[in-house]
Amino acid sequence: MTTPLIEMKNIEKHFGPVIALGGVSFDVRPGECHCLLGDNGAGKSTFIKTMSGVHKPSKGKILFEGKEMNFNSPRDSMNAGIATVYQDLAMIPLMSVTRNFWMGNEPLKKFGPISIMDFKKANEVTMAEMKEMGINLREPGQAVGTLSGGERQTVAIARAVYFGAKLLILDEPTSALGVRQTANVLANIDKVRKQGIAVVFITHNVRHAMAVGDRFTVLNRGKTLGTAVKGEITPEELQDLMAGGQSIAKLEGSLGGTV
Amino acid sequence: MTDERVKQISKFRQAMIRPELGAIAGAVLVFVFFFMIAGDSGMFAPSGIQNWTVVSAQFAIIAVGACLLMITGEFDLSIGSMIGFAGIIIAILSVQWGWPVWLAIITTFIICIALGALNGFLVIKTGLPSFIVTLAFLYILRGLTIWLAIITTHKTIIGGVKQVAEGDWLAPVFGGTILTGLFQWFADMGLIDTYSRGNRIGQPVVEGVPMLVVWALGLIIFGQWLLTKTRFGNWIFAAGGDPQAARYVGVPVNRVKMLMFMFTAFCACVFATAQVIEFGSAAADRGLLKEFEAIICVVIGGALLTGGYGSVVGAALGALIFGVVQQGLFFSGAESSLFRVFLGTILILAVILNTYIRRMITGER
Repeated sequence: MTTPLIEMKNIEKHFGPVIALGGVSFDVRPGECHCLLGDNGAGKSTFIKTMSGVHKPSKGKILFEGKEMNFNSPRDSMNAGIATVYQDLAMIPLMSVTRNFWMGNEPLKKFGPISIMDFKKANEVTMAEMKEMGINLREPGQAVGTLSGGERQTVAIARAVYFGAKLLILDEPTSALGVRQTANVLANIDKVRKQGIAVVFITHNVRHAMAVGDRFTVLNRGKTLGTAVKGEITPEELQDLMAGGQSIAKLEGSLGGTV
Repeated sequence: MTDERVKQISKFRQAMIRPELGAIAGAVLVFVFFFMIAGDSGMFAPSGIQNWTVVSAQFAIIAVGACLLMITGEFDLSIGSMIGFAGIIIAILSVQWGWPVWLAIITTFIICIALGALNGFLVIKTGLPSFIVTLAFLYILRGLTIWLAIITTHKTIIGGVKQVAEGDWLAPVFGGTILTGLFQWFADMGLIDTYSRGNRIGQPVVEGVPMLVVWALGLIIFGQWLLTKTRFGNWIFAAGGDPQAARYVGVPVNRVKMLMFMFTAFCACVFATAQVIEFGSAAADRGLLKEFEAIICVVIGGALLTGGYGSVVGAALGALIFGVVQQGLFFSGAESSLFRVFLGTILILAVILNTYIRRMITGER
């Protein structure tokens, strides 16, 4: 077993009197897809936001590549090699694919003291990277708004990988997508994992998690209900854990096992 | 595999579908219209051209600032009041206090840019809409301007700037003309009419390119370059398109917005300085409604009111349309109140056209 790329130890996060996270431990290894599951309000978003530097944990330690980290902003975690793709904030639809892809990392060309954006390089790289991920753009100047939801997630994933992310956090990348687009995004997650990048995949869809996950951690009411390895847990058990145990049995009974 | 549902788009269509298309169509329409109704009125003679070029250039100067600010997702409704304020400050410093004109101009620029920064600071720190914050400054600055003019001179108009600006090195940068030799040569060739009487006999009726026009062109080129070619331009789009998404990838959204508020104030100050140097006086009511005129130019030019999308060249064409319509109705002898009717109509038509074009480009529903 390889050593973990990131280790979160007993992370607590309090918002005033509210305890959003009550001591969550979690780790991800390179080349592994670790699924973080949980119902709404379980603390998934808060948890990944402490990982990506948006929130500072109230208590607990974050070890990245064995070193203790103290992220003060998303920029800090990004510099360390953690990239987060948010479900609805992945892309800016009004801007072109190239402009989105390079946003915050624009390639520059210098003319004496003045530097301008190197659009030739930016466009070439964008086209090549998109092709790699199975998206054929008409032209790099095409607005992101013309892409489908799955393609937008894919552009965001490709961007993170291109800029050297070691840890990729995907916040519900498949929750708003259709069947085929979901399959595409899951295939791309698999591709990224095989390159040796650690992936944290947040979802509340057990089937999507089962499709690509190596390990599964279930969060409920700010606490972990445990971590399971692929093959040692059935989708039904995972589903029950997520819903907090007993209640799902009743629910499933009335729905005929379709949830 | 190419997606069979994406139609191949011809080069021509691709060249046509751009944010400025509405403004280009509007400009062509306006020129054709006035060529037909006012073609023989002198509107397209050299002095006529100079007339509407200067007016358009005035609009363009403030439109460039307003355009970049609007693309970052903010408004500045204090542009007009800033123009009046800057003019009065220059006049008080130079005429009343006897400062050298160059020092008065530089000091005024510093004050205005600082006020722009204050606007930006308040918007960023409070998170209030810039519409409200700058609306407050519309009143604050206009009130201060009138009060300052009255307590120093008991009048709302301060004259005498022309006399004190005589021989100043900075004033001609805002008020003079360039290429006078070329225009004299044009006149000698018979391309431009010359005065046939009076003390300027033999001189061309258009003596050169006014500095106001030079400023406008300079700002348009700078703005377009900044927006489309630089990294900062990408940040301008990103800050207006989705500030949170931009922050998550490390774009300094607050700094971008702040700088654009300052740049808008700078543009208003250029407008004010050029006007004061040209008229030789400052008045407390100058710049009235200019904030809305700037916004109209920007919107005709294809920018999205909510930010994230727009074009500086489009805004400049919007300014050209504005200037040509305003002066064209004067040349054609039409009732001047019709100007507003015409302008409102153009605004609606341009915005409808722009909305369609934008949807085509960005895939919005």
